[in-house]
Amino acid sequence: MIPEIGHMALILALSMALLQATLPVIGAHRGISSWIAVAKPAAQAQLLFMTIAFACLTYAFLVHDFSVQYVAANSNTALPTLYLISGVWGAHEGSLLLWALTLSIWTTAVTLFSRSVPAAMVARVIGVMGMISVGFILFMLFTSNPFERLPMPPMEGRDLNPLLQDPGLAIHPPMLYMGYVGFSVAFAFAIAAMLSSRLDAAWARWSRPWTNIAWVFLTLGIVLGSWWAYYELGWGGWWFWDPVENASFMPWLIGTALLHSLAVTEKRGAFKAWTVLLAIFAFSLSLLGTFLVRSGVLTSVHAFATDPGRGIFILIFLGVVIGGSLLLYSLRASEIRSTVRFNLLSRETGLLLNNVLLVVAAASILLGTLYPLILDALGVGKISVGPPYFNNVFIPLTLPLAVLVGFGAFARWRQDSAATLLRQLRLPLVASLFAGMAYAIWLTPYFTWGAALGMVLAFWVLLSTMSWVKAHMKPGELLNGASRGRWGMVVGHLGIAVFVVGITLTSIYSSEKDIRLERGQSYSMGDFTFTFEGASAFTGPNYDGYRGLVAVAEKGEALTTLHPEKRNYRSGMPMTEAGIDAGLTRDLFVALGEPLGQEGAWSLRIYHKPFVRWIWLGGLLMALGGLLAASDRRYFRLAKKARKTMEQGA
Amino acid sequence: MKARHKRFALLLTGVTVLGLAALLVINALGNNLSYFFSPTEVTENKVPENHVFRLGGLVEPGSLQRGQELTVRFSVTDNRNRIRVRYTGILPDLFQEGQGVIAQGRLGEDGVFVADEVLAKHDENYMPPEVAAALEKSPQDGVAGGTKP
Repeated sequence: MIPEIGHMALILALSMALLQATLPVIGAHRGISSWIAVAKPAAQAQLLFMTIAFACLTYAFLVHDFSVQYVAANSNTALPTLYLISGVWGAHEGSLLLWALTLSIWTTAVTLFSRSVPAAMVARVIGVMGMISVGFILFMLFTSNPFERLPMPPMEGRDLNPLLQDPGLAIHPPMLYMGYVGFSVAFAFAIAAMLSSRLDAAWARWSRPWTNIAWVFLTLGIVLGSWWAYYELGWGGWWFWDPVENASFMPWLIGTALLHSLAVTEKRGAFKAWTVLLAIFAFSLSLLGTFLVRSGVLTSVHAFATDPGRGIFILIFLGVVIGGSLLLYSLRASEIRSTVRFNLLSRETGLLLNNVLLVVAAASILLGTLYPLILDALGVGKISVGPPYFNNVFIPLTLPLAVLVGFGAFARWRQDSAATLLRQLRLPLVASLFAGMAYAIWLTPYFTWGAALGMVLAFWVLLSTMSWVKAHMKPGELLNGASRGRWGMVVGHLGIAVFVVGITLTSIYSSEKDIRLERGQSYSMGDFTFTFEGASAFTGPNYDGYRGLVAVAEKGEALTTLHPEKRNYRSGMPMTEAGIDAGLTRDLFVALGEPLGQEGAWSLRIYHKPFVRWIWLGGLLMALGGLLAASDRRYFRLAKKARKTMEQGA
Repeated sequence: MKARHKRFALLLTGVTVLGLAALLVINALGNNLSYFFSPTEVTENKVPENHVFRLGGLVEPGSLQRGQELTVRFSVTDNRNRIRVRYTGILPDLFQEGQGVIAQGRLGEDGVFVADEVLAKHDENYMPPEVAAALEKSPQDGVAGGTKP
């Protein structure tokens, strides 16, 4: 009964989405205010029905209703409650449901927090989001219904993929989807602005906080995913240039470009056409990412639900969204005129360069990700593009970005002089050269030019940002809501510095060793000695396994004991759980390989990873920066002012 | 600076960045593609010499041998031909005899494939599409036209 209610709720949500996608848009076009007024209640009703549908599926998981095919395929009675809940979005159908729910959450948020925006504009925005929702719900109902029943329900379900049975991964997809779907708001604002031919600075101001928040969620989602891959996959890496990772990274890069170009459009009224295009691309890549991951086109860890039959629907949907919005763009682009002038040496140019580099970097990743698919489709051969491709292309393209950070922040709008800029930046320039070189020479195990370059860049970002703070911010301004936009920039850029330190030192100075150790044998890596004290069998809720005991000593003194695990899930899948001693300046990482022989010897993988935490710390700082910027008071003041005028008018 | 000059400078910057990117992409693509071959294709000498490639198929049951330290030997088969593989390191969790596997590395002079990386995908039901395709070809043993140019 409950799954049928869920199914019905999904159909009702579809009808609300249809209403929301048609009446308000037509009403806004023809100026019929009663049709415009449909937008908000329709969006809110859609959220209500989506929530009911989602709750029904969650309920089916909690009560182990294995007559529902999706529940039977992705859970069983031994699964802990947390993973019963996260199992809802553990595979294709449920993750689409989460996507659609997230979309209606964002749409409802737009209905609540856009009082400063004209009603016709809001109606168009909600209408565009309704169209996307229609596409998604149709896709679910026709090809991927999560409520489908089985004629012969099994007594016991299969298990949730053990890789997903982890707290980090329970919240990774919702975060990522909040980011992906959040870009639909910027997209909808851009489309709505084109529909109404109102591409002025105002739409940039309206969509900027939304874009910021979406970007924050996407950043957090990617950071979580990277952290999870590090400790859960047992490979000890933090980024693999796996197609799915790329799928989330491309919208992030374009989203980052969008954040910066929205700033130019809001403050200076320039880059209007370009910003619209970026908003279209950011969301298109989010859609592409969702579908690439879930459709099984890609050979990848994440493609657990594979059904090429869904491919046609996906291609049509992508074609309509991307093709339709680009068509509209080509019709309206000629009307967009930027009359704003700026000099070659100005903040505008800095941000333009930032955009060009980010977009080209995203394009090179797109090429590397899709190249094997294209060659395969053409019948040329089956190839794969390895991580070296991405590193060789991506790093040279993003290094100039780190150099730009300092100049871009200091450069003034419209025009600046080289002499002034150089005078302001002389100190951080010289200091970062010295500090970076000094670090690479004296504070690392051995000198490499790569480390020197990385540390010089990190110090440059840090010191130039600090001197910007000194020159432009007064103490005590942090609590002042009006300056949060600028603080957001500062914190976000400091995140880059931390991130660069992390990647530089981790990728150059990590040590790793695969080794066979008998009970009592030890292995020394630098100052650390790892002693294997055997592995013993133990039993978990839905798996059996071995837990190893590895004593670690630093310079002869006992430091800690690590407990790497090897689990065999009863659904038949083995898993490696690494034992990690985390620290601010280094991680020690031990994973169990397999038992070798009868005497209790095992193969072990041992890592020493300096500064690996800084990578995620940098990501978190960037997210914090985005959050600060979105909370700038000017967005709220606008809302308040608009409300006041509305009340006075009434 | 005149508007025309400025536009030209901006355009030049854009073109430079794109050109640089194209150069990087072409260079990196040329060096970092690895082609996929089945054991039969390797046996038929279709593999370019001294080049890294990916070998895929099933781990032949009964072929796994452990040597000194962490060196293992096994055979990869597509049910028609087999290639012997040597690898030093920890095998992935899902590596099992009779299961699909992809190994990346080079073919040695002695005909043994020396792998630097062994991949077994993280789902017990998942078969890498390349491996599935390689196995599909095998029942039509000897049928002409089975290979595309």
